[in-house]
Amino acid sequence: MFTPAETSAILLSLKVALAAALASLPPGIALGWLLARRGFPGKALLDALVHLPLVLPPVVVGYALLAWLGRNGAAGRFLEEHFGIGFAFHWTGAALASAIMGFPLMVRAIRLAIESVDRRLEQAAATLGAGPLRVFLTITLPLAWPGVVAGTVLAFAKALGEFGATITFVSSIPRQTQTLSTALYGLMQVPGGEAGIWRLALVAVAISLLALLASEWLVRRQRRGGHD
Amino acid sequence: MLEIDIELRRGRFQRHVRIVEDARVLALTGPSGAGKTSVLYAIAGLLRPVSGRIAIDGRVLFDSQRRIDLPTHRRRIGYVFQDARLFPHRSVRANLLYGRHGRRGGEAPFGLDAVVALLGIGHLLDRRPEGLSGGEAQRVAIGRALLSQPAILLFDEPLSSLDRARREELIPWLQRVRDEVKLPMVYVSHTEDDVRRLAHTVHRLD
Repeated sequence: MFTPAETSAILLSLKVALAAALASLPPGIALGWLLARRGFPGKALLDALVHLPLVLPPVVVGYALLAWLGRNGAAGRFLEEHFGIGFAFHWTGAALASAIMGFPLMVRAIRLAIESVDRRLEQAAATLGAGPLRVFLTITLPLAWPGVVAGTVLAFAKALGEFGATITFVSSIPRQTQTLSTALYGLMQVPGGEAGIWRLALVAVAISLLALLASEWLVRRQRRGGHD
Repeated sequence: MLEIDIELRRGRFQRHVRIVEDARVLALTGPSGAGKTSVLYAIAGLLRPVSGRIAIDGRVLFDSQRRIDLPTHRRRIGYVFQDARLFPHRSVRANLLYGRHGRRGGEAPFGLDAVVALLGIGHLLDRRPEGLSGGEAQRVAIGRALLSQPAILLFDEPLSSLDRARREELIPWLQRVRDEVKLPMVYVSHTEDDVRRLAHTVHRLD
């Protein structure tokens, strides 16, 4: 049904998108909470920085990553020499690039969800003896759960479709960094690629649809309870 | 003994409040806008006075001169809000058991069974807050406050969101809590009737 190169592009895309979405979650929740609930100097600047990947040309993000984290970049060389971590031309680089591109969408969804949590419930929890961390974990986060799920799915979907930053940073090497999107683009460059294009496009639709259905299921399950 | 001597400011609202009271159940009355709720918020640490001092039975919660300002969760306050504020994602039982004051090492004078019996809420334990009537929700909120093992109970117009019949229904439960629970209480209300039926002393804010 699929050629080996197509199969590996599909699996790699899933791996990249999952890693990007899950790795974004902790900083996404932290920033969403910070922007929703705290006032501090420089908040507007931080907000703008978080949103930057949304408005910047993806090639710029990819090039910045290449310049800093590539084999010749200062940070890249440091990580490679001291920790053996390499992003350049590696699937983790694709995950990093697509995580950055999807981050604003995730933070936005989580921030809105946290803003809509009734602060009076948080106050009530505090009067019952819950410190700030317990209030967050037992009241704020469960009540903001649908938004957290939505943000994660958005980040996953964005990572699945990410193209510009990924191809700039890690190129499109079959079986190493070639994702669904970059494989599709590659097929468009060669004659006779139509059949492959259709196959991959259908897979992209199927994965996206499944992600949306899964998020709906997660939200419903939480509404029914199971958080007591 | 309740000692409050504070300067409050909330937006344009500003006033000095001084209450030194030995009575166990103190009612705080006055027209709306007089700052009754603000006083309760200040006791609970939800509103920070500009200056002054708040102490309960000698335990200082706030003292601007000595730079003491205990955070809300360390004040051991049992706050019954006007709108109950039950946690919608937790069952009644989980709401009741949420409180934590004095759980570490300290004795717990109020147990779940005793509080449930005191307030007659045994049949509600497995329900969700959304299905409760206003009076039931308030009784659960009172139970939740008691089970947090507070040093003082604060009632913020617990009857005001109820209609007349429900009010009459809840007042005996409040009297029961007052008589069986030996805790200092501050009861905010603007209706003379329930103040007369519940409080030992009245302090009027104008």
